[in-house]
Amino acid sequence: MTNKRNGSNITLPIYLDNQATTPVDPRVLEAMMPFFKEKFGNPHSRSHSYGWEVEEAVEEARGEIATIIGANPKEVIYTSGATESNNLAIKGVANFYKDRKNHIVTVLTEHKCVLDSCRHLQQDGFDVTYLPVAPNGLIDLEQLRDAITDKTSLVSVMGVNNEIGVIQPLAEIGKICREKGVFFHTDCAQAVGKIPLDVNEMNIDLMSISGHKIYGPMGIGALYVRRRPRVRLQALINGGGQERGMRSGTLPAPLCVGMGEACRVAREDMPAESERIRMLAQKLHKGVNDRIPDVILNGDPEKRYAGNLNLSFSYVEGESLLMAIKDLAVSSGSACTSASLEPSYVLRALGVDEELAHTSIRFGIGRFNTEAEIDYAIDTLADHVGRLREMSPLWEMVQEGVDLKSIEWTEH
Amino acid sequence: MAYNDKVIDHYENPRNVGSLDKGDESVGTGLVGAPACGDVMKLQIKVGDGGVIEDAKFKTFGCGSAIASSSLATEWIKGKSIDEAEEIKNTQIAEHLSLPPVKIHCSVLAEDAIKAAIADYRGKHDDEQDQGAVAAE
Repeated sequence: MTNKRNGSNITLPIYLDNQATTPVDPRVLEAMMPFFKEKFGNPHSRSHSYGWEVEEAVEEARGEIATIIGANPKEVIYTSGATESNNLAIKGVANFYKDRKNHIVTVLTEHKCVLDSCRHLQQDGFDVTYLPVAPNGLIDLEQLRDAITDKTSLVSVMGVNNEIGVIQPLAEIGKICREKGVFFHTDCAQAVGKIPLDVNEMNIDLMSISGHKIYGPMGIGALYVRRRPRVRLQALINGGGQERGMRSGTLPAPLCVGMGEACRVAREDMPAESERIRMLAQKLHKGVNDRIPDVILNGDPEKRYAGNLNLSFSYVEGESLLMAIKDLAVSSGSACTSASLEPSYVLRALGVDEELAHTSIRFGIGRFNTEAEIDYAIDTLADHVGRLREMSPLWEMVQEGVDLKSIEWTEH
Repeated sequence: MAYNDKVIDHYENPRNVGSLDKGDESVGTGLVGAPACGDVMKLQIKVGDGGVIEDAKFKTFGCGSAIASSSLATEWIKGKSIDEAEEIKNTQIAEHLSLPPVKIHCSVLAEDAIKAAIADYRGKHDDEQDQGAVAAE
């Protein structure tokens, strides 16, 4: 599908859902191809060159993953993705240290896989503290400090929020965790390659990374596990003892190589790319605000990753807006929750009014978006938000000066 | 998520969007749902001689299925007597639009909106009758 506009070809729908996944970068695909063809060996085979050359490539890729976060390659283990990394970090640490410690601290706005891992630990008898967030989406460091007890083994706080893009103060959190002698895990699936990260400067002990969020392939991720001071984990997957015994199973060499290349490209392109994405995001936000009244940005306006713009279009229900703007591939909240009728738990944790939470759309700008696409998106939004508001009884009442909070609604 | 063609048709070409004067004696207004639940429907009827619904208008804040359910409701009640309109069941709306189970509540809301509009109309005229009775005494 193409649509000629402003003299340029735009492929429709325009992909603005780069938090859900990112397209594989052509450079990444090119690096992977030989490992699907002639370099097919098992990286764990020690008796012939098929194995050796693949092992070398997998280790080189591990080095690239380590470099982008300032780690040593020996501290990086491959997983199937950030969900597995989060499960392994949280359950692995909790279970390894359970004889002495039984408490985990995390945040209400974490990704479902972190929250669900914690819920499973609660069923197994662990205590979990879920820290609230301020209306800007950020945690209170004093509350974090107070939540840590001598029974706490792990603090898990994400880097960039997948729904609203806010950046938690990782360095400050790391400092508190180090002072208190507890391990600090951070889910950086949405942060790696987008904001500068350094596990040593930030005192991060474990970090989850995803391949497909950084223009690499799906089905691969990594977990950084600090060696000094040493973090120990109970493995989730047992077997041949690969990945220093923390994650058995034959490494998917083409995926590992792809993830390594994705990290190399992201590291080299980060300064220019983050500037470009910031420019596009500002253009979108300003264009929307100039043309559509009563649009609210969710999450802190400053402490955020620019490429994630979560906007509430007051008085227009999100699902009907998604249906209207079918030329834009966007989502209401996260892909994991968009099938349900509940408004986003992340927006609720921010204290966003439920009616506004029902009107939010996440725009995820990425490496391959263009200015022409952003212009098209602004036009599309202005047309359809206007049309749907003309159809909205809430908009009509507000225009008549009715305070919506004064009405006794029939909750159903 | 894939929508049924009839839902898409009503969503893209909604029938009878708009408002009637809610102060008019011949108009009944129903406002149902809640913003916090993600659905609000306003449905209005204009009732002529003999209790026949001459016109119907709606405005809906809600998903595509909610907009389609209310659009369909206005289409169906026009030309019916208020007694006939009151007989419309949510299951008929859901069946016509082939709503999936998670969207059945949209059809329930549309039925509620019709009933609320009729009740509002009747309320206006009950008052008149009462006042009339008082005046006559």
